[in-house]
Amino acid sequence: MISVLAPPSRAIGVPHERLDGKEKVSGRACYAADTPAERLAYGVFALANIPRGRIAQLDVGRAEHAAGVLRIFTHENMPRLNPVSSPPAGQSLLPLQSDRIAYEGQPIALAVAATLEQAAHAASLVRAEYEREPFNVDFRTQLERAVEGQSFFESDTRVGDVERELAQAPIRIAQRYRTADRHHCAMEPSATVARWENGSLTLDDATQYVWGVRMAVAQALDIAPERVRVRSSYAGGGFGSKGYVWPHQVLTAAAARELERPLKVVLTRAQAFTAHGYQTASEQALDIGAERDGTLRAVRATSINPTSRFDDYVEYCALSARSLYAAPAIETRHRVVHVDRSTPTPMRAPHDGVAMVGLEIAMDELAYEAGIDSLELRLRNYAQRDPTTGKPFSSKELRACYRLAAERFGWSGRNPRPGAMREGRVRIGWGMATALMGTFRMPASARVTVESDGRVLIEAGTQEIGTGVRTIMPQIAADVLGVPIEQVRIALGDTTLPETGGTFGSSTTMSVGSAVLDAATRLRDELRELGAHEDEDLGAVLSRSGRTSLSADGAWSPGEEGDFSMHTFGAVFAEVRVDEDLPIPRVSRVVGAYSAGRIINPTTARSQIQGGMVWGIGQALLEESSMDPTLGRYLSKNLAGYLVPANADVPELEVIFAEEVDAHASPLGAKGIGELGAVGVAPAIANAVFHATGVRVRELPIRLEMLLA
Amino acid sequence: MTLLETTLRVNGTSRRLEIDPRATLLDALRERLGLMGTKKGCDRGECGACTVHVNGRRVLSCMTLAAMHEGDEITTIEGLAREGTLHPVQQAFIEHDALQCGYCTSGQIMSAVACVREGHAGDEDEIREWMSGNLCRCGAYPNIVAAVAAAAQVMEQHAPI
Ligand code: FES
Ligand code: FES
Repeated sequence: MISVLAPPSRAIGVPHERLDGKEKVSGRACYAADTPAERLAYGVFALANIPRGRIAQLDVGRAEHAAGVLRIFTHENMPRLNPVSSPPAGQSLLPLQSDRIAYEGQPIALAVAATLEQAAHAASLVRAEYEREPFNVDFRTQLERAVEGQSFFESDTRVGDVERELAQAPIRIAQRYRTADRHHCAMEPSATVARWENGSLTLDDATQYVWGVRMAVAQALDIAPERVRVRSSYAGGGFGSKGYVWPHQVLTAAAARELERPLKVVLTRAQAFTAHGYQTASEQALDIGAERDGTLRAVRATSINPTSRFDDYVEYCALSARSLYAAPAIETRHRVVHVDRSTPTPMRAPHDGVAMVGLEIAMDELAYEAGIDSLELRLRNYAQRDPTTGKPFSSKELRACYRLAAERFGWSGRNPRPGAMREGRVRIGWGMATALMGTFRMPASARVTVESDGRVLIEAGTQEIGTGVRTIMPQIAADVLGVPIEQVRIALGDTTLPETGGTFGSSTTMSVGSAVLDAATRLRDELRELGAHEDEDLGAVLSRSGRTSLSADGAWSPGEEGDFSMHTFGAVFAEVRVDEDLPIPRVSRVVGAYSAGRIINPTTARSQIQGGMVWGIGQALLEESSMDPTLGRYLSKNLAGYLVPANADVPELEVIFAEEVDAHASPLGAKGIGELGAVGVAPAIANAVFHATGVRVRELPIRLEMLLA
Repeated sequence: MTLLETTLRVNGTSRRLEIDPRATLLDALRERLGLMGTKKGCDRGECGACTVHVNGRRVLSCMTLAAMHEGDEITTIEGLAREGTLHPVQQAFIEHDALQCGYCTSGQIMSAVACVREGHAGDEDEIREWMSGNLCRCGAYPNIVAAVAAAAQVMEQHAPI
């Protein structure tokens, strides 16, 4: 029985399997590159193989005459497009607009042909001669050139007298920590299918933000946004790489307009390494002063990261120090070095996920220096309020997380002496770290409709990239309307639907969920006005009042952050095993407990946190995009050289959620979890490696040679 | 480039095609036969997203040319369910939430079916090892292992599948 006034069905907070699971396991879920189209043409980019200079001569003759070729677009024949600011563009430089080359891998031509094989072959026939210019892709060799970058947070903050506190502190940890350039490597390469009809464009695009794509493409192509429809019904992961809008989307739309024919462009795996940003390496300096009992007196955190010559991208690797531990004096500072590379971009988990590496290894060093248990040190410096802004936290159950995860892990059984725990030839290390992640919220709208058969339809333009939104949103509406979740479905990923933000910043459940909650609540009120009573079928209510459907629009906007400091938290414990002679660290166990507001669907939430933990394992031990400084290019633009964790790299991962409702973050009480799981894992592993081996590694990823004594 | 006449037998149906000799089996399935369930993650044999069965064995369809498969029995994710009933591995993937974005899922499932048939699903460690050719950037690995282990039991009871 479908009823409107029945007690809540309690879908929220109950584990529920994915409503789109069947489509995904049967190969029916339609991703951008799967979009069917009549007379579809295929485009393949040819890329520059120098990092800086000018195209002196471009020879497209052979390419143009190859079989099946429809057009070779270059900077000479691609129409001039309007510049698009960043954001929504991921970078301000749009290729195929001039002869300038500003990074290796910049597109120099787009070969379009009737089949994929023909287009790929034609692209391989494009020949360029360059006037080369001196370049530098390595920021570490020019740290003295670091400058303040323009971006969305403050670069520098300061509370208390850091200089004096540091000078007077009996214990001092002053070290540098390094993280590596990394790539998102979503399994779905970016893809877009552009179709024009009567001056209007439909883009089926692999994106985390359909409205961002619409805005950028409309601006670049000088057409009204209403003439651009962007759809993304399923995206094969994004992790930030599909958050902003990148040149391939704009250029595909422009080329299809010229050709007057539908055009599909799917980036190759190699192209993905230079096509849509990367997570920058970081050079983090931590200077920590503490009392003998471990109480912090001062934290100074400084971070430098590379960015392109044409855009400032700041990876805020000193951000976490502003909020994590109580200290009377805290100073943070961010600088960037401009290099001859493409513009970096956020990647799961931006800022805090990188920042916590330095801070949490430094805290472990302090624990050993002070002779205090690592967990006890965190508890002694637990922040009741945000130590930089002085504001209370909107909610924080971190203390419970420490306790729950430590108990489950068995932390009290740890012998802290490095190398003390072993099994035969294998040294065992236990390490821990805190996780903290900033909360990002965005305005959203949604519509909820009851149809004549009593079924409920949610409409919201948000994207499904693997987070479970096709299940979570129905859970929310089901609870409000008192119907089983199976009666509810969602239409999403389309700019013709109510507008929402992008699927990034772990913001969807809070933002879109709150809009769905609002719409469903309004709908419930309207149904009550129609005289709906308990246990009454919604379809019957409609027919009684002579309607075929009833809709309500809802919206939510976060308003001012106001009086609260908003974060999610976690406590992560990791076990590593390191062979005595061949010291390849292997993660054998991870336990994490999280303070992340109300959990709407424990099944998908647990999966998402586990996925984040896998990212942490990659960050700690595997992932690094090395560049050849003499060629100015990545050494391995592939998944054989850029190592993402495989199944055998991943042990049992235990996830615990602390009971929590954050009424300040959203009316649902929920916060974001998409990124939190990827925070704290890498430093916990690095600290475990120290515990196992006695070697303090301050650079990720940890490689075998760093552990050879 | 002269086109080759080839007959591909996919999911029990034969289709006569004129095909570019450079076309991989993956691109032929997707772009010529419209079977979009098989995914391209790397096109270089590194990720496993394109896994299909050729004569019952798991094969990376991006690493083999379509024209080489005249007469072979090819099964893709679209051909796994029987009369609308999901294969036990497909069912187990849903029940164990062994997928997130779903992009690697077709390949994971095709690999998993073969992994069990090969007798490589004895315990969790063996599953981890023999499923390591299929990358999942969403990091669904623990649930994939659980799903394969559960499906292996069902498949044993209902052999042969
Ligand atoms: S697409 Fe075939 S292995 Fe990646
Ligand atoms: S489910 Fe997204 S890559 Fe595996």
